[in-house]
Amino acid sequence: MSQPVRSLGRASAPAGARPGRPPQPPADDATALRRRAQSRRGRREALFGYAMVASALVVVVVFTVAPIVASFVLALFRWDGISSPQFVGLDNFDALLGDNAVTHSLLVTSGLAVMIVFLQVALGLGLALMVAQRASKIVRNLFRAAFFLPMLASAASISIVMAYVFNDQFGVINYYLGLLHLPEVSWLSSTGGATATIVLVAVWQQLGFTFILFVAALGSLPGDVLEAAQIDGASSARLFWRIKLPLISPTVLFASTVGLINTMQLFDQPYVMTKGGPGDSTYTTVLLVYQTAFQNLQFGYASAISVLLFAVLLVITAVQFTTSRKWVFYS
Amino acid sequence: MTAILGKQPVATARPPRRRRSSIGRLLSLTVLTVAAVLVVAPLVWALATSLRTPATSFDQPPQWIPTHPIWSNYQAVFDKVPLTTFFLNSVVVTGLIVVGQLLTSTMSGYAFAMVRFRGNKALFGIILATLMVPIQTTIIPVFLIIRYLGLTDSRMALVLPVVGGAFGTFLMRQYFLQMPRELGEAARVDGASHFQVFARIYAPMARAPMATLAVLTFSAYWNEFFRPLIFLQSTDKFTLPLGLVTLQGTMGTGSISIVLAGVIIALIPSVLIFLAAQRHFVEGIVAGSFR
Repeated sequence: MSQPVRSLGRASAPAGARPGRPPQPPADDATALRRRAQSRRGRREALFGYAMVASALVVVVVFTVAPIVASFVLALFRWDGISSPQFVGLDNFDALLGDNAVTHSLLVTSGLAVMIVFLQVALGLGLALMVAQRASKIVRNLFRAAFFLPMLASAASISIVMAYVFNDQFGVINYYLGLLHLPEVSWLSSTGGATATIVLVAVWQQLGFTFILFVAALGSLPGDVLEAAQIDGASSARLFWRIKLPLISPTVLFASTVGLINTMQLFDQPYVMTKGGPGDSTYTTVLLVYQTAFQNLQFGYASAISVLLFAVLLVITAVQFTTSRKWVFYS
Repeated sequence: MTAILGKQPVATARPPRRRRSSIGRLLSLTVLTVAAVLVVAPLVWALATSLRTPATSFDQPPQWIPTHPIWSNYQAVFDKVPLTTFFLNSVVVTGLIVVGQLLTSTMSGYAFAMVRFRGNKALFGIILATLMVPIQTTIIPVFLIIRYLGLTDSRMALVLPVVGGAFGTFLMRQYFLQMPRELGEAARVDGASHFQVFARIYAPMARAPMATLAVLTFSAYWNEFFRPLIFLQSTDKFTLPLGLVTLQGTMGTGSISIVLAGVIIALIPSVLIFLAAQRHFVEGIVAGSFR
């Protein structure tokens, strides 16, 4: 935790240069004995190490690593999960490239994801800036608890609540819009309304996450640098754009990357609130994977779609990291 | 406020900073308060509406403070649906996942940080590489493995695939890396076994990151919807989120106050744990960003 912020992409530290084995000295009896004792001790330590990592490793290999490989293999088959699988080569991929439902769902998902992440990062940062230096500790904790509260609920049950709040006829929101003499919005029954509802609900629920990240990042800014700039008469806008934002840019990158990866997997909210509708305006890719695999029992084709989604995620992350060299500042 | 400001010496070269900043302070406090109210409002509405009579729960204006709270809605939700069963299922599933994660993550995190064995870095690399793999990429094969193991429609189907994970291992390893090796070495000289060194010396020191891991694991799996939806079929095995969504579907729009009572009940454990362990929530989220 105390270590400096580094690029989060290089998750596995570059394997440090392993020191080469020192040149063997001529073995007399004493060193030979010592070495044997050492290697026995080393072997026992190694055995202990393997035993300790075994459980976590088995779970990860069986339920994550193997399934990733299996997804790619399954994507080459046509299979309903019951009869014997039929090898079809790249036919599934060929088919999904011409499948409007797939391309449409990817467009819907990325559109939603971009809107959600942008709002989440902008609002989280804005609120964190306001709370950062001004409020006392008690007030700050109070706001933190308030913004964090929605994150404690499940997206599924929150969607139940929000489906009522945004209800077209008897929802609270339309009631207050009416009071303000504003036109009522058909939140869940129009294309734009449903999109807006999904975005608002997701931003509302995840705001606490970016808020906490930015409060922590702003709290760790070097005070002397900020003070020096202030004494030099920098305006607060200048202070933000020239000093604070560059210093917290790694957090911006982290928040937007994690946010994009999460929102590209959007499922609970559209499943509960809109079922992908109206029409297919909120039909996300994961909804499509779910329906293709577990309702239509097309396991091979569904795997191909999920492999495509995985590839899209990898591309997004790669693009974010290559372009980030231009705007992320590491001290 | 102006009175206080008026007494201050005005003859400084700089513009009256204090005043400007107090206006800014007031403005940002206002914005923050409005935002906080908007964020909390839907949950307050859910709580208030869960206390209205089912027949009038849709009536406008919304009642923010219930004048005649109908507590019987909370009884009704237990009568109408097996909410106790859902609740216990959630407790069992989430509890097993948390315990499993704590055990495997602490052991593997310790070994990756403190124990010398061939392939240490490579194996850790494999685990770390899975950190960002989305669940949808693996869900179909995982479903098939679960079916092959004969665990479909069982609570174990939810537990088994996630009792060990990349995030926990990573978090615990980072913690143990900062621990001094000398303690263990001294105990080894005194004749303690490798396991004793871990169990008696280092593991008890790791209570704080373990608590962090526990609260984060709890909130992630207590609220999970996607996997229960896929793995479970019989109502008596449903966890709370799945049970509530099903309940909402079967009850129609007639009794939303009862559905909302269920939502509030599902939220209570998370809120209690958050209040008890706020610091660990925040630390865990921040720790995640310092890779």
